[in-house]
Amino acid sequence: MTTPSFILIIAVGVLYSGGFYLLLQRALMRVVFGIVMLGHAANLSLILTDEAITVPPLLGGAAGEMSDPLPQAMALTAIVITFGVTTFLLALAYRVWLGDENDEVPDDVEDRRIMRLTEPEDSS
Amino acid sequence: MNVLLAIPFVVPLLGAAVTLLLRRTPRSQQIVGTLTLAVVVADAALLLRETADGTVVVSQAGGWPAPLGITLVADPMAALLVLVSSVVLLIVLLYAIGQDIGGLSRATPQIFHPIYLVLTAGVCLSFIAGDLFNLFVGFEVMLTASYALITQAPTRARVRASMIYTTISLTSSILFLTGIALVYALTGTVNMADIAEKLGAAPPELRMVLALMFFVVFGIKAAIVPMHFWLPDSYPVALTRISAIFAALLTKVAVYAIVRTQTLLFVRDDISAVLLWAAIATMLVGIFGALVQDDVNRVVSFALVSHIGYMILGLGIGTVAGIAGVIVYLVHHIVVQATLFLVNGLMRQYVGHTSLRAIRGLTTVSPALALFFFLPALSLAGMPPFSGFIAKVALFEAGIAAGGWLVHTGVAVGVLTSLLTLIAVFRIWTRAFWGTPLPDMVEAKEQLRRGANLGGLRFMTAMTGVMVGVGLFVMAAGGPLAEVGFTAARDLVDGDAYIEAVMGEGAG
Repeated sequence: MTTPSFILIIAVGVLYSGGFYLLLQRALMRVVFGIVMLGHAANLSLILTDEAITVPPLLGGAAGEMSDPLPQAMALTAIVITFGVTTFLLALAYRVWLGDENDEVPDDVEDRRIMRLTEPEDSS
Repeated sequence: MNVLLAIPFVVPLLGAAVTLLLRRTPRSQQIVGTLTLAVVVADAALLLRETADGTVVVSQAGGWPAPLGITLVADPMAALLVLVSSVVLLIVLLYAIGQDIGGLSRATPQIFHPIYLVLTAGVCLSFIAGDLFNLFVGFEVMLTASYALITQAPTRARVRASMIYTTISLTSSILFLTGIALVYALTGTVNMADIAEKLGAAPPELRMVLALMFFVVFGIKAAIVPMHFWLPDSYPVALTRISAIFAALLTKVAVYAIVRTQTLLFVRDDISAVLLWAAIATMLVGIFGALVQDDVNRVVSFALVSHIGYMILGLGIGTVAGIAGVIVYLVHHIVVQATLFLVNGLMRQYVGHTSLRAIRGLTTVSPALALFFFLPALSLAGMPPFSGFIAKVALFEAGIAAGGWLVHTGVAVGVLTSLLTLIAVFRIWTRAFWGTPLPDMVEAKEQLRRGANLGGLRFMTAMTGVMVGVGLFVMAAGGPLAEVGFTAARDLVDGDAYIEAVMGEGAG
């Protein structure tokens, strides 16, 4: 395989669009899943920056034949970070659920206050 | 390997580990935390002394030459910002310690100290990272610490706010990662000096896309309109000591990253119109937001959004004078914004809340508080002779000298915004500080006086005073500061000194 597989590129696209779609949902769990998908998308695109994914970059392989180790190292770091933060997000979503008995993103308080300000004029 | 460059993030990380082990003895945690930050301040001062003449100090970790290894770089701008940030971090930590001693806070001190030091490490690493990926790591360290800090003393409102904050920050982090992937695919390197050399050969359209992408990434974190909406919803909700640090530093680190990437990596002409429009929108939207708020914390948060616009304006002007203005403004704003939030915290201690509807006559309740609000507030509005005036004049002069209708519009909006800031500030002043105190405010103060925690409160007030003093020092040191600003700006606009310092040593 000399170039990144076409399927992988499609996968990146699907992950990004799916991730952003979920991010815009009201239920917090979907938002968390959206973040997870976006994290995968970013990591996959880091891996895809390697022109030729070939032999694993381990000792013993000849230089020039091996895959580029740097994107893999970066993806690994990024995976650790997204993993940790996802756990934190899950805990937060759980706290919200404990407090409110639902996990929906609330309406903007500010918005509602402005609505209330305009109400008397609307009704008159 | 230059040790000075490693200390600002290695020592706080060690300090965080030690304070975590000392979690059962709060007093020793406080001592370790203070000492750690004192070391960082001293180190940053030395670093600034080395770089003040425009020298770029470089350190290749592990002796690996530049594009291969991890590079740490301090140019005058980075050194100056590390110094100012660490001073502010130290004072806010002392303020928080005063609050803990007085038993006035609901934060969990055992957790607060380690995370606070991790945040320090993240901030410092972001300033001195020499490659994009380490900048990302520095950002992540800083942000992850901030996610944990914003949920301290979790109430329902705080958990909600931090959910928004965390999601938005994470989205921008993922975009940042995507940006790094694209840059790496294009140039085969993440070292910023190396990218700067190689990106010149890239097609201009691609370069523009990348420039915009990084502007959006850091713009979300710097709360530039239209990416600002999360900030006034999350900062005022957190504990004061925490929102003071967030407001003073986190957005400024993002502004620093914008300045660094847009001057070093990308050609300015591609994006300066976008920067100027964003600056104009940010100044106006922010300050109109501030004018209609009822809560002092929210007024100050919207003012923060608005004043980020000034820095983007300076970057959009893009001349040496413009960038110098940005640097002076950064220093001024870090200090002033932190002071205002500390004052808000004291206000909350005295009267239990910060809603303008139910505060009157604070001047009678605490004259010191009135003074501590008045000075930074005037500085924020850009009244002479305060540091805000110096910074704004530097920016406006640069704008008028640079010319172009869009720049001139920006300057005009800047003048208008500082007038509106004055109105916003005086709205707080006349409503909260003048008049006779409300009965329940007097009672709250009496209760505070009867409590045994006056020592802690006095210490907090003293630390706020010290922060005001730092603000006055920035004003007094305006001349030397502007000089360093100009040196740093020349380095930034030229870019060669930075690239040579990083890559030259790599070749040698």
